Amino acid sequence: MSATGIGAPVRRREDGRFITGAGQYTDDLHVEGQVYAVFLRSPYARARITDIDASHALSGEGVLAVLTGDDMRADGIGDIPCGWLVKQKDGSDMVSAPHPPLAHTFVNYVGEPYALVVAKTQDAARHAAERVHTDFEELQPVIDLATATDSVEIHEGVRHNLAYDWELGDRTATEQALADAAHVVRLDLVNNRLIPNAMEPRAAIGRYDAATGEHTLYTTSQNPHLARLILSAFVGIAPEHKLRVVAPDVGGGFGSKIFVYAEEAAVLWAARRLRCPVKWTAERAESFLADAHGRDHLTHVELGLNEHGRFVALKVQTSANLGAYLSTFASSVPTYLYGTLLAGQYKTPNIYVEVHGVYTNTAPVDAYRGAGRPEATYVVERVVEVAAREIGKDPADLRRMNMIQPGDFPYETPVALTYDTGDYEKSLDRALELIDYAGFSARRIEARQRGCLRGIGMSCYIEACGLAPSQLAIQLGAGVGLYESGEVRMNPTGNVTVFTGTHSHGQGHETTFAQVVSDRLGVPFEDVEVVHGDTGRVEFGLGTYGSRSLAVGGSALVKASDKVIAKARIIAAHMMDVGADDVTFDGGVFSVRDSNRSMTIQEVAFAAYVPSNYPLDLEPGLSEKAFYDPENFTYPAGTHIAEVEIDADTGVVRVVDFVAVDDFGHVINPLIVEGQVHGGVAQGLGQALLEHGRYDDYGQLLTGSYMDYCMPRADDVPQFRVDTTTTPCTHNPLGVKGCGEAGAIGSPAAIMNAVTDALGVRDLTMPATSEKVWRAIRGAKGGIR
Amino acid sequence: MEITVTVNGRSHRLDVSPNTLLVDILREQLRLTGTHVGCDTSQCGACTVHLNGDAVKSCTVLAGQADGASVVTIEGIGAVDDLHPMQAAFREHHALQCGFCTPGMIMAAIDLVEKSDHLDDAAVREGLEGNICRCTGYHNIVNAVLSVAEAKA
Amino acid sequence: MYPFNYHKPSSVDEAVSLFLDAEDPAYLSGGMTLIPTMKQRLAMPTDLVDLSGVQAMRGIERQDQKLVLGAFTRHAEVARSEVVAQAIPALAHLAGLIGDNQVRYRGTIGGSVANSDPAADYPAAVVALGAEVVTNKRTISSADYFQDLFETALEPGEMIVRIELPIPRRAAYRKFPNPASRYAVVGVMVAQFDNGVQVGVTGAGPCAFRASTLEAALAADLRPEALAGVDIPDAGFNADLHASAEYRAHLVGVMARRAVADLLAS
Repeated sequence: MSATGIGAPVRRREDGRFITGAGQYTDDLHVEGQVYAVFLRSPYARARITDIDASHALSGEGVLAVLTGDDMRADGIGDIPCGWLVKQKDGSDMVSAPHPPLAHTFVNYVGEPYALVVAKTQDAARHAAERVHTDFEELQPVIDLATATDSVEIHEGVRHNLAYDWELGDRTATEQALADAAHVVRLDLVNNRLIPNAMEPRAAIGRYDAATGEHTLYTTSQNPHLARLILSAFVGIAPEHKLRVVAPDVGGGFGSKIFVYAEEAAVLWAARRLRCPVKWTAERAESFLADAHGRDHLTHVELGLNEHGRFVALKVQTSANLGAYLSTFASSVPTYLYGTLLAGQYKTPNIYVEVHGVYTNTAPVDAYRGAGRPEATYVVERVVEVAAREIGKDPADLRRMNMIQPGDFPYETPVALTYDTGDYEKSLDRALELIDYAGFSARRIEARQRGCLRGIGMSCYIEACGLAPSQLAIQLGAGVGLYESGEVRMNPTGNVTVFTGTHSHGQGHETTFAQVVSDRLGVPFEDVEVVHGDTGRVEFGLGTYGSRSLAVGGSALVKASDKVIAKARIIAAHMMDVGADDVTFDGGVFSVRDSNRSMTIQEVAFAAYVPSNYPLDLEPGLSEKAFYDPENFTYPAGTHIAEVEIDADTGVVRVVDFVAVDDFGHVINPLIVEGQVHGGVAQGLGQALLEHGRYDDYGQLLTGSYMDYCMPRADDVPQFRVDTTTTPCTHNPLGVKGCGEAGAIGSPAAIMNAVTDALGVRDLTMPATSEKVWRAIRGAKGGIR
Repeated sequence: MEITVTVNGRSHRLDVSPNTLLVDILREQLRLTGTHVGCDTSQCGACTVHLNGDAVKSCTVLAGQADGASVVTIEGIGAVDDLHPMQAAFREHHALQCGFCTPGMIMAAIDLVEKSDHLDDAAVREGLEGNICRCTGYHNIVNAVLSVAEAKA
Repeated sequence: MYPFNYHKPSSVDEAVSLFLDAEDPAYLSGGMTLIPTMKQRLAMPTDLVDLSGVQAMRGIERQDQKLVLGAFTRHAEVARSEVVAQAIPALAHLAGLIGDNQVRYRGTIGGSVANSDPAADYPAAVVALGAEVVTNKRTISSADYFQDLFETALEPGEMIVRIELPIPRRAAYRKFPNPASRYAVVGVMVAQFDNGVQVGVTGAGPCAFRASTLEAALAADLRPEALAGVDIPDAGFNADLHASAEYRAHLVGVMARRAVADLLAS
C-alpha cells in the first residue's frame, strides 16, 4: 500500500482551507449587489391567513419588497413535490398534500414561511418583517402523533390525516407463527423526534441575469443536481438549462440538506422579480423550526421465539410522524428504508410490518442520519434484548444463535432485501473481546461501590446503503434513478480533474476520491483534483446521503477511470506500434509484453491532446464519463456495545465505554472512516440520552434553541473504541459498503440496552434524561441491581 | 460611531452603528469569513476569536466593546504553509469534518492550552464545553488538543 | 438588534447620570445575557451604558474577613485569582463552573447578581455567604437583595459597584447543570462560619434562597448523613423541560449532601 493509495490514512486535503478559515460556505459568499431576505413564518401550528398588510413594512428605509405566497402562486410557481410515491396496502397512491413553497391560504406548522421581506440590509429586512401585519384565524392543530388519526383533518380530503397505510411482508404467516410461538415478547417503543442541527445553518443566494435568462442558486445542499431538477421540473422556477445550482463548502447536513426547501425557491424567484441577487441565511432559531426533523415513531412490536430461542416471527406496527407536509424523501424513510431492514442480522422467517404515515401540524420529518435504519435497528435490537432477558439467555448468545451465517449468502430476507455478504458473528466476537464482556460483572460490582449503576448493552445492526438499483427503486416509487455519475478528465499535462455527482458536506471526498482515482490510474495523489457541488461543472449527480457516495459515486469514478485506461491503452499501443492486447497497464505505466518498451499514462494523455502519432479512427482527448447503477444495495453491519454508569442519586447517565466493530467492506481511508463512526455514534448517543424535539399541545416548539435542545458536547461523550472487520461487497468494483450512518444506526439501541440493563427495567423512553432515569430508579424500589 | 480595532495585527478605523456585533465587523466589513455564526444564543462557539488575548464569542461582543481592542481570528494564527501547531494538529488527527465549527474550535483550543497548566482528556472536554461540533463526536478534536498540550509540556 | 445609543463612562457617577438621562436605558456589564436577549429582540433599550471603563468597579481584594469583588470582575478572573483561591476557594470553583470558557472571560459577578437569573450560579454564593451588595447608593444585605424571578432590591438606575463576601471557615459549591444550556438546574453552596452553617440554593426557586431546614440539620451535625431525612418541599420551585419541581427538590438534597462532603474534605 502506498502512502496515498487505497487503505492509507491520508490526511485530508480539504483541511487546508478549513483550518485556516478559508473555507467558502454559502453565507461566506458575497455576490455583488446582493440584498437580503427575511422570511415571515407562521406563529401558529394551524391557521388560515386572512390578511397580510405590508404597507407599514414597505415604507421602511431600504425595503425593496414584501412578497407573499399569493404573489408566488400568481407568478405560476408550483408546489414542492415529494420525490417518492409510496403505494398503500390497497394499491392506491399515498395522499400527498399540496406543499406550496410559501403558504398562501393555510399555515400548518409553526415556522412555516408564508412571505418574505427583501431589503438592502439584513437589519432593514428584519425591522420590516416585524412591521408586516398578518391576521390569522387560528384553527385547531393536530400535534400528538398517537391521536392524530382520530383528530380533525389538517389537509382537506386527507382522511384520518393519513398519508399512507403501508405494509410489507406476509401478515397471515407472521400472525400464525406468533400464535404458535413458545414465547412472544411485546414491546411499545418510541423513537424520539430529533432536530438535525448541522452546524452551518441553511443559506441561499438567488441570482438572475436578465440578459441571458440564467438563474444561479448558491445553496447549502447535499445534492445540487437534484435541487436543480426539482426546482425546474416541479416548482417551475426556471428551465433546467437556465438554472445553475452551486453548493460550495457545506457545513454538515446529516440528511437535512438533501431536501428542496421553500427558501431556495423563494430567493431565486425574488431575485428574478427584483433584478438583484437575494441572500438569505437562517438564524439558528429558524433552523430549529423549519429544517426537516428526523425520526418520531411510535411502534408496537411482537417477537415470537420457539422453545429453543429461535426467532419465528416479527410483527411491527408503526405510526410515523411525517409533519405537516411530505418533504422531499419523507415518504420513503419509514417505509422502504425502515420496513425492509427489520430482519436485522437474523434468520427470522416471518416478518410483517405495517406503517401509518401521519400528518401533524409540526415541521416536516424526513431523512436524518440513518433515515429509517436507526428506527428499524432500535425496534429489532430492543425487542431481541428484552427477549433474551425474559427467556433467560445471554443477549450475545441469543443473537448469535439467530444470526445469518456466512454460508447463507446471498440471503433473501422476508422483507424484500437480498444481503450479499457479511460475517456478523465475527464483528460480534471482536466487539465482545474489545469490551471485555466476561469482565463486566466485576466492573458492575466495582461501580456499585461508588454509588453507580453500571449496565452493558449491545446492538447488532445492519443497514442498506447506496439505494439501488434504479429500476427497482423507481418501481417502488422513487422519482429519480439512484445511479451516480463520474467523469475522469486527464489533462494534457498529465494531471487529472475528477468530477463527481456526489457532494461532500464533511465526508472528505476530495481526499478519498483522489485516492481511488490516483490508485486506479497510477498517477500521483497530488495530481488528482476532485470537483463537485456545481451543476455548471459536473454533468449530473444525485448527491450525498444514505452512505452512498463511495459505493455508488466512487464506483462511477472507477468505471470512468477504466474507460480512460482502455482508451489510453489503444493510444499507447499505437504509439509503441503493437496491438492493444500486447500492452499491459500497471502503476500508471503501459508496457509492451515481453519487452522493455513502455510509456506513462501522462505521456499518453499528452499524445491524446497533441495527436501527431495517433490512431486515425480514434477521437483526440482523454476524458471519460460513466454512470454507475448498482445492482444491489450494500449492507454494512456490525456490533456496537455500550457500557453506561448511572449516578444512582441523580439519575445522570454517562456512557463510560463504547466499542464499535463495523464491516464496511474495503476501507479506502481508515482515518476518515473512523471519524464517520465517531460522529455517528455521538449523534446516536445524543438520541439515546440527550436530544428530543418537543412541541407543546399548541404546536409551539419547546426545544427551539441550544438553551433547551440538548446537543452532545465534548464532555457528554467518551473516547470511542473503533475497529472493523471486512467482507468485501460482492457487487461493486471497490468492494466497499459505506460508513456514514452506521454510528447513528447501531448506537441508540446499544446505549438503551445498557441503560435498561443498569436499571433492571424493561424499557425506558429515549432520551434517557436524568429525571426519567431517577424516576425509574425510584419506581424500582430496591429492584435495582 | 467610530471605533479603532486591531485585527490580526492590522489596525482598522471603522464607522459602525452601536448595534453592530464584532462578528459582523469581521465577516461583513473586513470580509474575514473564517469566523462563523452557528447559533443565536451564544452557545455554539463557532464565532470564537481572541479578544485582547482571551477566547470570546464574537457574536456576543458589541462594536463599542471591541473599540481599542486587539482581535485575532482564525486567519491570523497561521497560513497553509505555516500552520499554527493547533491547526496542524487538527489536520493530523482528523479533528474536523465539515469544517464549520473548526475555526472557533481551534481558537478556543489554543486559549485552553495556553492558559492551562495541565490538561487531560476530561479537562479538554470540559474546556471545550462552549463549542459544539456535530460531525466528529469530539474524539479526534480532544486528541488533537491533547497532542498540542503534550508538546507544550 | 434594535438600534441604541452606546455610552462608555469612566466613573460610577457618570454611568448613573447617563442612565438617568436616557429614555429606556440598560447597564451593560459582560453582556452575556443582555446581548443575546437583544439579538433575539426580546429587549430593546434605547441606551446602553457600558461599565467596562469604570475602574472603581474592578478589582479583587481581601479586607480582613471579607473578600471584596468589584462588580465588573469577570468570572475567569475570580476562577483564577490567587486571592480568591486563598480566601474562598469554593467561590473560585463556582466561578469556574459558570457557562463556558468564553463566557467566563466576559461575564461579570455584578452583571450576574444584578440580573438575578434563577439559574445563575453566583446568587447561591451571595446568599450562602451572607454577602453585601454595595451599590452607588447603599449597601443591601443578601437577605434583602433577591426578591423574585429576575427581581432584586435594586431601584431603577441603581448600580452594583462591588460585592463584599464574608470569608467562611470552609465552603463548597455543587452544581447540577442543565444538560443543554449548562446553567444550574440546581446549585447549592454550603458555607461554615464560626457561628453556624449557611446554605444557599440557586436554580430551584424563582431566585436564590437560604435553605433553613438544611441549615438547621447541619448546625446539629455537619455531615452529609445529617441531611438524609430532611424534607425539601418543592412548593414554588421551578419546573421546565429538564427538571420538574419535585426532581429539583430532590437534587437540592443531593447537591447539598455532596457539597457538605466536599466541604469536609477541603
